[in-house]
Amino acid sequence: MTKEERLKKRHQAEKRFRFYGLTSIFVALLFVVILVQNIFSKGSSAFKKTVITTEIFFDQELLEIQNGASQDEIMEADFYDVMIENLIKAYPAKDRDEEDELLKLFSGEAEIEIKKAFLKDNNLIGKTITLDLTASDDIDQLHKGNYPRDLPEERRRISNFQLIIYDYFVEKKKISKNFNNYFFTNGDSRDPEIAGIGGALVGSFYSILICLLLAFPIAVLASIYLEEFAPKNKITDFIEININNLAAVPSIVYGLLALQILLATIQLPRSTPLVAGITLALMTLPRIIIPCRASLKAVPPSIREGALAVGASKFQSVFHHVVPLALPGTLSGTIIGLAQALGETAPLILIGMVAFVVDIPSSPVDPSSSLPVQVYLWSESAERGFVEKTSATIMMLLTFLIVMNFVAVYLRQKFEKRWN
Amino acid sequence: MSNIKIKSKNLDVFYGDKQALFDVNLDLNEKEVTALIGPSGCGKSTFIRCINRMNDVIDICKVTGNIEMDGMNINDKNLDVVALREKVGMVFQKPNPFPKSIYDNISYGPKIHGKGETKSELDEIVENSLRKSALWEEVKDRLDEPGTSLSGGQQQRLCIARAISVNPEVILMDEPCSALDPIATAKIEELIDELKKTYTIVIVTHSMAQAVRVSQKTGFFHLGKLIEVGKTEKIFKNPDNKMTQDYITGRFG
Repeated sequence: MTKEERLKKRHQAEKRFRFYGLTSIFVALLFVVILVQNIFSKGSSAFKKTVITTEIFFDQELLEIQNGASQDEIMEADFYDVMIENLIKAYPAKDRDEEDELLKLFSGEAEIEIKKAFLKDNNLIGKTITLDLTASDDIDQLHKGNYPRDLPEERRRISNFQLIIYDYFVEKKKISKNFNNYFFTNGDSRDPEIAGIGGALVGSFYSILICLLLAFPIAVLASIYLEEFAPKNKITDFIEININNLAAVPSIVYGLLALQILLATIQLPRSTPLVAGITLALMTLPRIIIPCRASLKAVPPSIREGALAVGASKFQSVFHHVVPLALPGTLSGTIIGLAQALGETAPLILIGMVAFVVDIPSSPVDPSSSLPVQVYLWSESAERGFVEKTSATIMMLLTFLIVMNFVAVYLRQKFEKRWN
Repeated sequence: MSNIKIKSKNLDVFYGDKQALFDVNLDLNEKEVTALIGPSGCGKSTFIRCINRMNDVIDICKVTGNIEMDGMNINDKNLDVVALREKVGMVFQKPNPFPKSIYDNISYGPKIHGKGETKSELDEIVENSLRKSALWEEVKDRLDEPGTSLSGGQQQRLCIARAISVNPEVILMDEPCSALDPIATAKIEELIDELKKTYTIVIVTHSMAQAVRVSQKTGFFHLGKLIEVGKTEKIFKNPDNKMTQDYITGRFG
């Protein structure tokens, strides 16, 4: 082979490598785009809900309460008849069957929405107000274009008569899409149109908080001890190897462990953020210790020697110099560990967080769901409305993860000091 | 004839199974500069790290024999190394200022030793230390800037100031100029000349010329043994040992 040929071959090898690299990046980006596009196209509609603008007249005969009624009286009053009466005014139904079908266009929550309006202003007797009542899931999906209306009637959940009413409302411009506050404030529900991630958000928040409070101090102290104070011997090596192994243990194993120890033996309350937090802390510990030790190790020995040489004790050299320098790396490692914990599903399913919880937990010992488990729960549901809710929850989860990772990168870049 | 400040007797150092120093007997005179020369890996640095017990940091390192400072046994297991290092400062091969402000770099030592209770006392210590290390004029307007923002030579003088700040009796210098350019080196050498009026100085150097310029006494190490020690003039003009002769004339090393 001549010199020119060899040179040519070397250049070609480099070109080939560049091509492979670019292709890989392109393929990876393509997958990300497909994923994000899929989630967004499915999920973005969940942030809007379909409402039917209806005029409500508060008839004293039907309500049997007075203006200025107390909160308890209003809570007990029956608003069902008021709703029916006003709905019939909006669309004249001829008989009982038609009334039922008309009613089914609205969410079961509509009656409560009327009641809430009255709770806000208890002088509405004899007056008429305009309310945006939440439509049923079927109408919601129909209005968002997710529901095929050209199927034969017997294969549709919406009857031909309901379609006529819907079209009538559309024509009268009574149907519109509002911001879906229920999605953020409500807990889970069997009715997709009023189901929300409020409970899951609070549950996840408590879980991660407990995970942070437990895992961070333990992990940091363990790392500092192992890295700076522990004698370098077989036992330390053994511990180190085991920490690395623990970081690779499948998360479901931690779930089993929690099931056995936290629930069966210690008898902590099932399905609660408390148990979830402890379980996630166990899982996250090694995942924080590893980056924490790495950032301690990255502090050059010359800094330690410099401190020791002016007469600092070992403790002082570590806590005055090494730990502050390792802190950015430690914090970003912690945040990334927590981000992983936030997305963890399997161990939470095992400790019963998969239960159907409607109420928003008010403390870490209330039964609760969490964001990833909510995704799992809804993805199993048959109702069409839960498809968009599932994707929207994933969007929320991804947003939190991206924000956390961004904070981690920011902390590292902002506070990392250069030692030369 | 000056007083003997530090006296080592039958000093042996082991790193695990490997012996790094063999039976070193070396006296260091008070307020004098002693230079230690010899090829790489000959044990010069190991020797000076025995004086402030920096070898303690290395787990596998074992030191036997005697090393005394003013009659106090440095190698005593019960000795408080923190107190020892307050008396024996050290400057390293590569400048290693803390990634903190210039002021904090100097004030750290006095603070942990409880010197300079008030801000004005600390200010004074910082100024004095920087003056003694001939850095004051260059940095007096920017004491808040990080020590790492200084040039290499300035950083090394900052490290010397840091060592001086706790008012030690002995300063150990482990090849303090090896990472510096000739101008910075000259400044450090001038500084050493000035400092020897107050402190006992031990300097490890690879530069024969530097040893001649700054030291009064020179020790030549080879393969962990102290081959020859004596007045600098004598060692460089008329050494007793053939090996010393060969090393200083550049025949090996």
